[in-house]
Amino acid sequence: MNFDFSDDLKQLRDQARRFLSEQCTPEVVRRSLDEQEPYAADLWRAMADMGWIGAAIPEEYGGAGLGYEGLCVLAEELGRVVAPVPFASTAYLAAEAILAAGTEAQKRAWLPKLAEGSVIGGFALAEGTGNPSPNAIRARVSGGRLTGTKWPVADGNIADIAIVAARDESGEIALYLVQLAGVARRELKTLDPTRDQARFDLDGAAAEKLPQAVGWSVVQRVLDRAAILMAFEQVGGADASLQMARNYALERFAFGRPIGSFQAIKHKLADMYVALELARSNAYYGAWALSADAAELPLAAATARVSATEAFHLASKENIQTHGGIGFTWAVDCHLFYRRSKQLGLALGGAPFWKNRLVDLLETRNAA
Amino acid sequence: MDFNDTPEEAAFRAEAREFLAANAPLKSGSRPVLRLGGMDAAAVQRCKDWQAKKADAGFAGLTWPKRFGGKEASPILQVIYNQEEEDYSVPRGLFEIGLGMCMPTMMAYAKPEQLDRYVRPALRGEEVWCQLFSEPAGGSDLAALRTRAERDGDDWVINGQKIWTSGAHLSDFGIIVVRTDPNVPKHEGLSFFFLDMKSPGIEIRPIHQMSGTRHFNEVFFTDVRIPDTQRLGGVGQGWKVSITTLMNERLAVGEVARPDVDDLVALSRSVMVDGEPAIRNGAVRERIAEWYARSQGLKFTRFRMMTAMSKGETPGPENSIAKLVNASKLQDIASFGLDLMGNAGLVVDEDMAEAYAMFQSALLSSPSSRIAGGSDEILRNIIAERVLGMPSDIRVDKNKPFNQVPTGAR
Repeated sequence: MNFDFSDDLKQLRDQARRFLSEQCTPEVVRRSLDEQEPYAADLWRAMADMGWIGAAIPEEYGGAGLGYEGLCVLAEELGRVVAPVPFASTAYLAAEAILAAGTEAQKRAWLPKLAEGSVIGGFALAEGTGNPSPNAIRARVSGGRLTGTKWPVADGNIADIAIVAARDESGEIALYLVQLAGVARRELKTLDPTRDQARFDLDGAAAEKLPQAVGWSVVQRVLDRAAILMAFEQVGGADASLQMARNYALERFAFGRPIGSFQAIKHKLADMYVALELARSNAYYGAWALSADAAELPLAAATARVSATEAFHLASKENIQTHGGIGFTWAVDCHLFYRRSKQLGLALGGAPFWKNRLVDLLETRNAA
Repeated sequence: MDFNDTPEEAAFRAEAREFLAANAPLKSGSRPVLRLGGMDAAAVQRCKDWQAKKADAGFAGLTWPKRFGGKEASPILQVIYNQEEEDYSVPRGLFEIGLGMCMPTMMAYAKPEQLDRYVRPALRGEEVWCQLFSEPAGGSDLAALRTRAERDGDDWVINGQKIWTSGAHLSDFGIIVVRTDPNVPKHEGLSFFFLDMKSPGIEIRPIHQMSGTRHFNEVFFTDVRIPDTQRLGGVGQGWKVSITTLMNERLAVGEVARPDVDDLVALSRSVMVDGEPAIRNGAVRERIAEWYARSQGLKFTRFRMMTAMSKGETPGPENSIAKLVNASKLQDIASFGLDLMGNAGLVVDEDMAEAYAMFQSALLSSPSSRIAGGSDEILRNIIAERVLGMPSDIRVDKNKPFNQVPTGAR
């Protein structure tokens, strides 16, 4: 039994934590919050230089070959600092989609650029309100031209390419690579301004099919894998929220004593800790499934997702509650986590979607 | 990451599996063993026979010193054995306290000749031990206990009452913490002993539990004499000794009680809601997913703990979360399962009720899981104080002599 990250990866985690605590301060996050910049471009370049974006991309395609466990470790640290960078869109979604369904030529053309950070990737699935479903895909491709409306698309305004789910001439769902220069894009106002979100109005945009895997199953495969990586971001965010609440409970006095000495606060913090530990353990299992490419991956992903969404939601809202009135101000960072918690919890589909999927997978497993 | 055993662990797992396969029936497909106390003489004997067999095969007291019949094995092997035993239906429930809590305390504090006398018989299940801690006035606040011990020559004379003592009526010996000095603050006036449960002056009355069974007891002491040689730790050091016992309680790995989420899934496939199996219902699916995620989270938290143990680390208070999560989950799953059964959920007749009435049984037994061995509230305090570093509660009784501490009307 070795259900922990290796010493090398723990070292990577420590380095990443140190680096991000210096380079991704709340001031950096707030530049995106206050819409001074759509993402932290300097940070993004530094991450690319350190090989983070291509952590799990094979070395033959310009990646760092750190493997999925390495990517998980980095995801947790980026979640911890609410990093305003298109990491998930580029590394978990666009790169993963190309790896899952791209031809050799497509991999060679795009993965090195994604890894080096010169091309930002996006993943355009949703077409408005509703959770992921094959029935919701109306975008169509005809003669290599894609037409349809996609929103919200995370990092869609800053992305150079997007992987777009659409139907081919026969109505089958497939993933298409669209170069976004010239595509009508609009910035959306959202709950979490630290992450860019776009609406695409595609009107015959040139689209290149990723033909090696088609159908809803390839979409779901990309979502499953991204769910595990995102669970680590959620765990990082939940951990940071708990630490913030903990520190405040120690320093804030009321009725002549630290508020952390009251059981009402202690029990709240304990519940946050329990949810976090369960989520972390489920995320670890997901990391194992990713790195082993295990048959259990879909169920592990749904479990990690359900657990991590719950943990981050709980930790971010109770962090505000622990702070009291000051936690409700713009100036204090509680809301950065609260916003990000909802952004991550909705990206890839909300909790009801993943709970339903989890039970679907349980039923399939039990029937086998 | 991997889930593989080391070669040593794999060899041990194979041995354990071989022993279990040769000596016990598999649990799968069998009716759940509903251990609701009320053990008759035949059940006690089955437990004793199994324990002797296990000890003789070298699978009891794995981590204990060899001189007491142990193997001095790494704690990870104990976890591996427990994992394997979980798949088999074996008669348990009589020795967990004696072996998990009493003997580790004895080994830390008793004299060598006492250990030679008591440890092996306990390990083979020949003698049963209980733990006399809680009192009507001292549960979560254990140190508020009032049972008095007064020195009389070479003996101590005990008067008072213990409560919630599991298996006292089946026990040969017990460990007990009592007040030897009421004139000092509560934690400083305690002392710790072991005693013969057949001593004159002990009266054991089973408590009729809300679940209908009688597993816990009240134990009354009237001028019970304990020789001073049976004191564990110094006079006034009883709290420190008690902590040793309670630390071991946390390490005793509890099996997950049924019904768990798999039982709920099975029930949801057979019970109909609106003309469809309940598992097609969105509300049911949502709850199943939440409990499954929690169960899996605990399973993998245990794997993380095993990994740490494999590397020689000692499990800390972090492990309080398993009991905290499991107890409420059990109560909630039981209640939800009954809701799916409709009015028939009331019926406890095992031949008519779904799933051998395990949901009904758990509804009535689960409240005790949230109280015994550290209540939900105490576990949350432990997590907040020992893991997250919150300050301890302000204790108004902390520096007061015990006999001046306010009490409610009694």
